[in-house]
Amino acid sequence: MEIRKGSRLRNFHQAKWDEEVIFELNTPGERGIHIPEVEKEISDVVGDGLSKIPVAMRRAAPPGLPEVGQMRVLKHFLRLSQQNLGADLNIDIGQGTCTIKYNPKINEKIAASQKARAIHPHQDVSTVQGALRVMHEMDLYLREISGMDRFSLQPSSGSHAILTMASIMHKYHESRGQAETRDELITTMFSHPSDAAAAAVKGYKIITIYPDEQGFPDLEALKAAVSERTAGLFITNPEDIGIFNPKIAEFTRVVHEAGGICGYDQANANGILGITRAREADFDLCFFNLHKTFAAPHGCGGPGGGALGATQELADYLPVPLVGLDGDRYFLDYDVPHTIGKVRSFWGPFPVILKSYAWILSMGAEGLKEAAHVAVLNNNYLLKKIREIDGATSPYTGGKHRIEQVRYSWEKLYEETGVDTHDVTLRLADFGFHLWQSHHPFVVPQPFTIEPTESYSKEELDEYLDGLRHVVREARTEPETVKRAPHNSVVHRIDDSTLDDPGKWAVTWRAFLKKHGEAAAKIRD
Amino acid sequence: MPRGHRVHPYIPNSVPDVKARMLAEIGVDDIDDLYDDIPETLRFKGKLNIPDGITSEMELLCHLENVLSKNQTCGENVSFLGGGCYLHYVPAICEEITGRAEFLTAYAGEPYEDHGRFQALFEYQSLMGELLETEVVNVPTYDWGQAASTSIRMAGRITGRKTILIADTISPDRLKVIRTYCEPVMEIVQVKHASGTAGLDMDELRSHLNDSVAGLYLENPSYFGTVEENGRTIADALNDNGSIFIVGVDPISLGALKPPSQYGADISCGDIQSLGNHMYFGGALGGFIATRDEEKYVMEYPSRLFGITKTEREGEWGFGDVAYERTSFAVREQGKEFVGTAAALYGISAAVYLSLLGPEGMRELSQNIIQKSQYAMQRLSELQGVTIKFDAFHFKEFVVDFSARGRSVEEINRALFSDGIFGGKDLGDDFEKLNGCALYAVTEMTTRHDIDRLVETLSAVLS
Repeated sequence: MEIRKGSRLRNFHQAKWDEEVIFELNTPGERGIHIPEVEKEISDVVGDGLSKIPVAMRRAAPPGLPEVGQMRVLKHFLRLSQQNLGADLNIDIGQGTCTIKYNPKINEKIAASQKARAIHPHQDVSTVQGALRVMHEMDLYLREISGMDRFSLQPSSGSHAILTMASIMHKYHESRGQAETRDELITTMFSHPSDAAAAAVKGYKIITIYPDEQGFPDLEALKAAVSERTAGLFITNPEDIGIFNPKIAEFTRVVHEAGGICGYDQANANGILGITRAREADFDLCFFNLHKTFAAPHGCGGPGGGALGATQELADYLPVPLVGLDGDRYFLDYDVPHTIGKVRSFWGPFPVILKSYAWILSMGAEGLKEAAHVAVLNNNYLLKKIREIDGATSPYTGGKHRIEQVRYSWEKLYEETGVDTHDVTLRLADFGFHLWQSHHPFVVPQPFTIEPTESYSKEELDEYLDGLRHVVREARTEPETVKRAPHNSVVHRIDDSTLDDPGKWAVTWRAFLKKHGEAAAKIRD
Repeated sequence: MPRGHRVHPYIPNSVPDVKARMLAEIGVDDIDDLYDDIPETLRFKGKLNIPDGITSEMELLCHLENVLSKNQTCGENVSFLGGGCYLHYVPAICEEITGRAEFLTAYAGEPYEDHGRFQALFEYQSLMGELLETEVVNVPTYDWGQAASTSIRMAGRITGRKTILIADTISPDRLKVIRTYCEPVMEIVQVKHASGTAGLDMDELRSHLNDSVAGLYLENPSYFGTVEENGRTIADALNDNGSIFIVGVDPISLGALKPPSQYGADISCGDIQSLGNHMYFGGALGGFIATRDEEKYVMEYPSRLFGITKTEREGEWGFGDVAYERTSFAVREQGKEFVGTAAALYGISAAVYLSLLGPEGMRELSQNIIQKSQYAMQRLSELQGVTIKFDAFHFKEFVVDFSARGRSVEEINRALFSDGIFGGKDLGDDFEKLNGCALYAVTEMTTRHDIDRLVETLSAVLS
């Protein structure tokens, strides 16, 4: 198992502290932080305050939070952070569809400014002109990148933007008296699950188009699916498998002719910045994930941003407020005649917007295109190299090249060795790598999805490739090493048998104690 | 090389020689060849109208500092703004932890190499569970509006009913979010408050109850800062009707106030911005949903629920997704609503916050806020013609009625601002009956001096 000289692979071992759950650190009387005492003049006037709480609303006992000194709290969470990989430390190309690129530190510094974080959404607009300028210019830049006519920055993720698109689509058909009859939303199997799920929240029936043999979404199936019941189409391009659908304009035409709205899921647009746009493919709506293409960090799963663009006609339906510019004064614009209302409190995920804005400024028009170019170069380089690995394949023959990502398959490896894609994933963790499989259902058997972005050097891509090759070699020579992995990660194979059992699952520490008892809570003597 | 042709610091493989070697490996001459599959008609031919990149970090920082310098902050002024976004103190360790690259730049690793993320969010759920006295809490949603919306949709699915009653003391902003999310699947009916106390009008509630009512959503403390005392009576009425009681709550009040689960709420929800997250122009919100550990509730959550378990090795905690098959990640539109990126990092910040404050810190903090808001209410009501609108116990926020003085809130706020004070939010636009009223918020960050200065300035402004 040890890596010897001559390989790029590292004899990696992740930090392993066997850190306790915070409740195990409880020592009654310890304090993590003090709250300032109120001034004597205040308590002289109002007393203790608490005795005025209506009896029915007084908390009976203080919350059962742990009592832990400050340094131990710090150490606890620092250790947890070390038990987490993070893109800054690994070659994070194994989370395809999610565009794990470099999140520049300078953008964090900018966003940490008091001028960004100590402003309240209800301040007079004259006192937040800087923030509004950021939002307005972000709108302008995204218009350029998409060809759309106006952007709302309110949606807080890709899924949230999909929900917003579904809400706009609903209101649009309602305004034409067709909200009841147009109740079907068409999407594709290789579009994100939320394209189906978030639209269903608005009551839509979902029709899912499967790929044809080449991997393109089936145009004939789309033609068969559209009708007077069609509300619209939500689709990605390129889809999860990385193949650009050259007939996309026909897709939008077919749906438009049926009276539907076309929404372009550009959660990940990293391979096509400045190359092709929603406008050219005749979409009515599109959105970008700021935490993907636009370099805001993913934060363990948010905060994110799902900036939503619309054509002139549908801009009248965007959530309010938008940000406008009148002379040299930025303002919150509520003059949106058919607005769907709001999808989030206040104006949008401002720190995320600010970081993405800084990233666009740091790139410029040329830099954006260069990022796309190199992301595609990196992807096709990896594709060439991974295809050469005996056991890995890249299903579907469509397209000469792939754009920014590829969904590969370990099916051959699995058939030959019994090592499956999950095993490979866990073994790669032993080298400080993460590898993700696929959205469900697994249409590609034994899938894995890689998206290198523009951020990683060729040297790093080669190191990752060495990791894949190494694990494949092990699968053939010592499969048990792979099947029992990870060995050098934080923990060993997890017992997930309790997680689907209502009698045993525990989503909180108090539930765990209740179901499994105090004795089970002590895992070390 | 001329300026602009330098390799961008964020794009290592822009080095011409590296590019050439990679292209040779692929077997194409030019990167453009890799886009062969994109038809000419779909190609963007122009140049994006975006300024040239500010590739020097130093210049980027200068430029953005200049842009942001046009903001005036709640630190440079004294702010009494609230209404869903609050100036609370953020402990240094919250920033230390959420700034850690391992957390900040992680996303969706396995519970092995991302063990820390799973544990931190499990602990977030658990700490919130203690505050709320519930066994189940989700990984954060976008914001309170989303959490309330999903709570309502959960109630709809659990009861199989379509009408949701909403107490009209809700934040108007949040009500708009709920409408977008819940309509047309759910029908929203507002229930009026009693005019004197802003408490729920029980007769009005009873008149709405029938077998189509999935539940009632009530905010406590309300948007006006008033505390509802009749939670148990409301819960009983809903229970008798087979309806679900959903309470939206500011968690920072729960050091002193009874958590909703203890007066009969079936679902609690709210926002964690106040627990260790900066205001960010209202942009750093995160929603929570909490229930008891009953399968019929758990299976209706759309969110990730991280569960604790063990591993094959003694001495190790393991973590994973509880009941994953209910999510849209597993079964697309057959799942409960949808799940995806939301506000996990704010959850980690809240976990650090609650760990630092502990039971005593939370109690002291709630008390501090109560005392200061009572002091502010008392001092303000001493001003002639100025009254506190509702006769109830308040937490953190209260409505100041200036209407008797014949001066608009806008006018008053302009005068306050010239003295470096952000006055309370004007309520006239959202509530017809509250013309001339403003919503004021007081937190532990507000000093006696701030309050006294507000009162003195108002006294001068109003005379």
